[in-house]
Amino acid sequence: MREILRHPTGLVGSFLLALVLLAALFGSWLAPYDPQLFHPQARLQGPSAAFWLGTDQFGRDILSRILHGARSTVSFGVGATLLGVAAGAVIGITAGVVGKWVDSLIMRLVDGLLAVPDLLFTLLIVTVIGGGSGHAMLAVAVAFTPGMARISRSAVLSVRTREFVQAATARGESRLYIMAAEVLPNSVGPLIVEATIRVSFAIMLGATLGFLGLGAQPPSTEWGLMISEARQFMFRNPWCVAAPGVAIAMAAMGFNLFGDALRDLIDPRGQR
Amino acid sequence: MNAAYLARRFASVLVVLVIVSITVFAITLILPGNAAVMILGEYATPEQLRVLELELGLDRPWHVQYLSWMGNLLGGDWGTSMRLSLPVAGLITEALWRSAALAAAALVIVTVIAIPLGIIAALKRGTWADLSISLFAYLGTAVPEFVTATLLLVFFAAPDRGWFPAGGFVPAAESIWLFLYHMCLPAATLSLILTAHIARQVRSEMSDVLGSDYVRAARLKGLPERTVVMRHGLRNAMAPAVAVISLDVGYLLGGIIVVEEVFAWPGLGRLIIYALQNRDLPVIQAATLVLATIYALSNLVSDLVIAALDPRVRYA
Repeated sequence: MREILRHPTGLVGSFLLALVLLAALFGSWLAPYDPQLFHPQARLQGPSAAFWLGTDQFGRDILSRILHGARSTVSFGVGATLLGVAAGAVIGITAGVVGKWVDSLIMRLVDGLLAVPDLLFTLLIVTVIGGGSGHAMLAVAVAFTPGMARISRSAVLSVRTREFVQAATARGESRLYIMAAEVLPNSVGPLIVEATIRVSFAIMLGATLGFLGLGAQPPSTEWGLMISEARQFMFRNPWCVAAPGVAIAMAAMGFNLFGDALRDLIDPRGQR
Repeated sequence: MNAAYLARRFASVLVVLVIVSITVFAITLILPGNAAVMILGEYATPEQLRVLELELGLDRPWHVQYLSWMGNLLGGDWGTSMRLSLPVAGLITEALWRSAALAAAALVIVTVIAIPLGIIAALKRGTWADLSISLFAYLGTAVPEFVTATLLLVFFAAPDRGWFPAGGFVPAAESIWLFLYHMCLPAATLSLILTAHIARQVRSEMSDVLGSDYVRAARLKGLPERTVVMRHGLRNAMAPAVAVISLDVGYLLGGIIVVEEVFAWPGLGRLIIYALQNRDLPVIQAATLVLATIYALSNLVSDLVIAALDPRVRYA
């Protein structure tokens, strides 16, 4: 951790990440108002002593809504990534360990799926299974799976030829044992790095889906949805689109920078 | 670059496209809510569904349906849009040109801005110029397109200023200036993210190359700095940068969907959103395939460019 903080990017990343996690954990207590409470006398106001980030078209406090939305945003990003990483890791490690035709079949499939842009892939899935927060998370997870499968496969392949795996094979250990006890723990590093960076993409995808009306539904405090709802009023009060926009950027940047710093730490050769 | 290598790469693109087509087909037909349900809505009676399923040939085994669909596609019959009652092929080619114009504008802006920015950052490593370029690059990759688009609208299209139109489209044939004028904000949105990404990549490749032995040798030979940077540095840094630019075509294709929706630019992205919202199956299938084909081809082109730029790449 101290190593990460020594880098300027790691420092900024950790700071942003801490801020976002803090909001996700304690946001509902820190919020000065109920996020759904209308203040009809104070609609579309700019920042003031009473409303630090201003109010939206219903006079709801924007700061409270952002603090409330942090938890769903972070859990969306982390949840979708974990699901995608888990599914991708199982597929990729299977391909890498079993090899032969299973490997080529899986990797051709993965190549094909990677040819569809992430956003389009998620949109297709959401169209089929329907919108909403849970479905959007599932869709992002599925869209991440092929990429994670490819990364875990290459991590496995680079580990598989190392001496300690050959030693285990020579000892006559079973395939399952080698996979679980030798290959997996040693290929986890790159997976964690990739997953951390992916959380930022997941957050952005989730917000985009919310913006397009296919993710979280009103009156959710999801940040993308907040922007989409406030769009009609953005010229009257830019704060109601700017504040959630900055929140999304902070969350995405936090995970992204932290992941980058983590990569430098784990793989010093890739340092730039 | 020999013929066998080219043939192999083309074959692998074909394999990818076949897999994509099967996936698109599977997503839209095999998962719950088949075409008949999509057309009639969730509240259709079972009798209505059966009649329509027979009419659409949905009672046939899936591989027969797939092959007949593919056969039609390859024969140029892309079906008819269920909502717009227009041939899909015409809809898509029309939208594709508008999207291509937008994407081309963005790519030109990116290449003109991002590559010099990356070079400057690499040459002045550690200075404030480098730091601010890097910060901008990180920021650019962490802001989703719809946020950038909305913020640009707030700043440049506010009614009291009215510097730029808030959206819409004017055909180039009608007025080339209005066409370009409407293109400014969407193209700027797209290029912001790409510029960030590519500048970062060029910077890291360039600084690797500038630290290499052959660049030191070129400097020791007494070559002017300009020649060292442009001939020895840039050329060797370009191959990896081209690889990233081609990866960014993927981002661009995803970004264009959102940007066109925000700015009401009637291209392929807007068509796809419209088709998805209205469950217009033939349009969804064809548009997805077109996007995936573009992506696969751009990957192929980048491989070929890299092979041409870097003689060390083996054609394996």
